[in-house]
Amino acid sequence: MHFTIEQRPQPSAAMRVAAPIIATLLTLAVGSAFFAALGYAPLAALHAFFIQPLSSANGLSEWLLKASPLILIGCGLAVGFRGNVWNIGAEGQLIAGAIAATGVGLYWPAPDALLLPLMILAGIVAGMAWAAVPAFLRARMNTNEVLVTLMLTYVATLLLSWLVHGPWRDPAGFNYPQTALLPPAAMFSYFDPAYRLNTSIVATVIAVVAMWLFTDRSFLGYKMSVSGAAPLAARYAGFRESSAIWIGLLAGGAAAGFAGVAEAAGPLGQLSPQISPGYGFAAIIVAFIGRLNAFGIVLGGLLMSLLFLGGEQVQMTLGLPSALTRIFQGILLFFLLACDFFIFYRLRRSGGH
Amino acid sequence: MDLFVAIFAGTVIAATPLVFAALGELVVEKSGVLNLGIEGMMLMGAAIAFGAVVAGYSMPVAILAGGLAGAATSLLFGVLALTFLTNQYAAGLALAIFGSGVSAFLGRGFGSAPIDALDRIHIPGLSDIPLVGPMLFRFDPMVYLALAMFVAISWFLYRTKSGLVLRTIGESPQTAHAIGYPVIKIRYLAVLFGGLMAGLGGAYLSVAYTPLWVENMTAGKGWIALALVVFATWRPQRVLLGAWLFGGMTILQLQGQAIGLAVPSELLSALPYLATIVVLVIISQNRQMLALHFPASLAKPFRPAG
Repeated sequence: MHFTIEQRPQPSAAMRVAAPIIATLLTLAVGSAFFAALGYAPLAALHAFFIQPLSSANGLSEWLLKASPLILIGCGLAVGFRGNVWNIGAEGQLIAGAIAATGVGLYWPAPDALLLPLMILAGIVAGMAWAAVPAFLRARMNTNEVLVTLMLTYVATLLLSWLVHGPWRDPAGFNYPQTALLPPAAMFSYFDPAYRLNTSIVATVIAVVAMWLFTDRSFLGYKMSVSGAAPLAARYAGFRESSAIWIGLLAGGAAAGFAGVAEAAGPLGQLSPQISPGYGFAAIIVAFIGRLNAFGIVLGGLLMSLLFLGGEQVQMTLGLPSALTRIFQGILLFFLLACDFFIFYRLRRSGGH
Repeated sequence: MDLFVAIFAGTVIAATPLVFAALGELVVEKSGVLNLGIEGMMLMGAAIAFGAVVAGYSMPVAILAGGLAGAATSLLFGVLALTFLTNQYAAGLALAIFGSGVSAFLGRGFGSAPIDALDRIHIPGLSDIPLVGPMLFRFDPMVYLALAMFVAISWFLYRTKSGLVLRTIGESPQTAHAIGYPVIKIRYLAVLFGGLMAGLGGAYLSVAYTPLWVENMTAGKGWIALALVVFATWRPQRVLLGAWLFGGMTILQLQGQAIGLAVPSELLSALPYLATIVVLVIISQNRQMLALHFPASLAKPFRPAG
């Protein structure tokens, strides 16, 4: 018996829905095999990774807390990806946002009521500024945005490192590379003081709705998708590629910048080199798992957040390194991309040789 | 004069991982495939080679293992991009994240102690010539291997029929397929070769250059290698030139830190990344030159009809 691959007459709608589910299941299967190979009972390990983190109210709060920046950045990036604009430096834009917000929060003599709004504004502007560099270079100078966004991420990391080791280091911080704690007025407020989930998640909800309106309900969003799928057609229709570049990069930069504010003025309360556990990179995967679609991104962000939590959980309970999170992220994306193939193609049994 | 010799030799050494990785990527891109996952493949090469040395294997075996680890990692990308026709940007990115995760996972048992670095060769007579000796004849074998690969790849791409086939596939896979060349198979070979070279570059970092294992020790070198290929407008000589330029920048930055320049070390460390951006901007101004050498089918999935 032989199998051949043939193109489907039309893309399979069922497969479009099923692909992320199949990919998740395959990732779980590989994960089990992986845990078994390491000498852990697979079911117990999977339980520790995927179930245990969600089995308490605090766990649920952490789940949403971590999903929030992933979904927010994922939405911002997806706007660009739809237009074939490859911003892979959201991590740097997040750091830029966190730096600007902390700078305002610590050093700007603003009245309490205005402090957090000013920080949010500064963070968003900084994230957009960090993304405006590659946007300008791609739109005006024809320079590949993949490399520029990534290089600027390293620059942002070094800038952050310089600030927290040097001028912004907390004099009372026992020489740890971190700033002083932000004043209470500079922090997002908690829904319940027992849990870390805070009001910054409102921005994520707004972003998801805005993203949905933009991509599914606005003419500009439609033109951008056309620009990504068929640049020539878009050009004939009078839509300039540079508009897609600017919109795509600034959307990602704004989202990542806000996520940076939310980290500094939320769970961390200060600036330190550990401002992000890789949200900017993981959000790229989230955007893809969500098929660049607002509600898909919500599910993708929840899944990815669980991977972060699970990584921390097995680190604590089984002593496994948190690098597992990155391994699972990679595997999940591999499977998802492979499953997508079957939206457009199918296996067909062919007799004989 | 000693300082000059030290900077020259340091430049060549610092450039070597980039030479390996960027030349490998050049071959991959010339076949029309864009693998963004160099960083992941280099990290796998670095981890495996270092682990092999720690486990007591000889240097050549360890370095070869690093190269093969890079190739094995690249196969994942190959299957996705070439068989499953996925978006090559996304597949390469997944590879970069995956490689960083797996290498960190493997590397947790290595400890933080450095190993004995790969020995430098000593050619009686030649190595002892004043000035020329230390500048040209006292490197470790991997430096010479990188240069040999440069010669071999330049010759292969532009002087052999197979090289012409590879470049044709990069320009127009449809044409190459119509003539009867196995496009997918050749692209697989190119991807594997790119992985091997990235793995060797990573191995060089962990067993010769540093020589120790640190999580994510490539620190963006895989991405800089990617930028070098664009900088070189897909030509091997300029890959070599670009790698030396960046090697030189690394060394000058280290020298700057060593003599205690009154600027923050982070600013000096940021220079190679900023320079990459500047260089990319300058290169992208010359659209004609880019178009001339750019593999026309780059990153476009291809599946033979029928």
